[in-house]
Amino acid sequence: MSDTFQLDGASVPFEPGQTVMQAALAAGHYIPHLCYHPEFKPHGSCKLCTVKVGGRTAASCTMPAEVGLNVESNIEEMNGLRRTLVQMLFAEGNHFCPSCEKSGNCMLQALGYDLEVHTAGFRHLYPDRPVDASHPDILLDFNRCILCELCVRASSEVDGKNVFALSGRGITKHLIVNAESGLLKDTDIALTDKAMQVCPVGVILPKRVGFSVPIGKRRYDQRPISAQALDDAPRQADASGSCAACEGTP
Amino acid sequence: MSKKLRIATTSLAGCFGCHMSLLDIDERLFPLLDLIEFDRSPLTDIKHCGPCDIGLIEGGICNAENVHVLHEFRKNCKILIAIGSCAITGGLPAQRNHLDLGSCLTEVYLTEPGLAHGHIPNDPELPLPLDKVHPLHEVVKIDYFIPGCPPSGDAIWKFLTDLIAGRTPELGHGLIKYD
Repeated sequence: MSDTFQLDGASVPFEPGQTVMQAALAAGHYIPHLCYHPEFKPHGSCKLCTVKVGGRTAASCTMPAEVGLNVESNIEEMNGLRRTLVQMLFAEGNHFCPSCEKSGNCMLQALGYDLEVHTAGFRHLYPDRPVDASHPDILLDFNRCILCELCVRASSEVDGKNVFALSGRGITKHLIVNAESGLLKDTDIALTDKAMQVCPVGVILPKRVGFSVPIGKRRYDQRPISAQALDDAPRQADASGSCAACEGTP
Repeated sequence: MSKKLRIATTSLAGCFGCHMSLLDIDERLFPLLDLIEFDRSPLTDIKHCGPCDIGLIEGGICNAENVHVLHEFRKNCKILIAIGSCAITGGLPAQRNHLDLGSCLTEVYLTEPGLAHGHIPNDPELPLPLDKVHPLHEVVKIDYFIPGCPPSGDAIWKFLTDLIAGRTPELGHGLIKYD
């Protein structure tokens, strides 16, 4: 009999060392998230997965599961905060969905849909972020970066290449490419790299395949993200590590 | 129903795609017209807005005339709805926002090949462009937003019928789209 905590009134079992997010997903309970990826160490930066625990808020992806925790996630108070976070991300970058080839496969957009975000609400910053089209096979569109560091983590932890990093602080924080020229063509990134598969938005794009699946027939056009995130999470019975969130992997 | 709701519509820095989508509600226009009547709108060709219940605005704010029209709508409409990506985010016209307006005009009208002997339009009747393109909510208070480029006829129908029936408008999966 494993230990349990309470999530929105349901009893969730967990193994020692699991976070609230890992245990919840493994038990089939969805908690909205953006920078969390089941194959990587939690980062805790996007705060979309914020839950209420004993009257205080905490990022469920980094919060260790403990016996007897009373976690509230799917409540209007938390969903309202999540809505605001999504709105701030949309206002901060240049997220022009009508011209984005990731539209329909984008987690930020799908979360916006799921949370019924109809407007960014805030004043848009319209930052100037030129694209990097230098690489023959890969396009980098920094306009859409949400600083989740998934590409940084994938490139360093899985590919062993350290192609990406974040630079700057606060509002000037931005994604950079680890080459003297600063250009992607001068790195050893390859289409087969893990870093190519993990971007939740439309920053890292393989060239010449953008519309091979037409708009309207894409992942989150079919079912909302809340109904699909559980497909990606490793189950206790089958922790094979295969991940439907990673495009191009079986 | 005792009195029909009066609705005004306009396209500011938009492409009329949202108005086309409004017409895409097809035969449901007939039941809709049992509930509403149009005031100022490209559909009626009425030039100025009178007192209305609902104002539907497509397109963002890219020039001085857009600002005047938006204020006219806000003054006359009890409920103001921003419809489509341009009205909500600035959309396609806002893709010039990280560029200097002067260099945009110079490149388009003076230095771009094929426009030899061109000049930057300066007719006094032309509204002056703004330095940046703005979504509507940065200029006046907007009550509701219908996202999409354009939102589908079904989304517009669902939103308007919710609103007219006094429900909180909700789109839900399949109808809420940003593209």
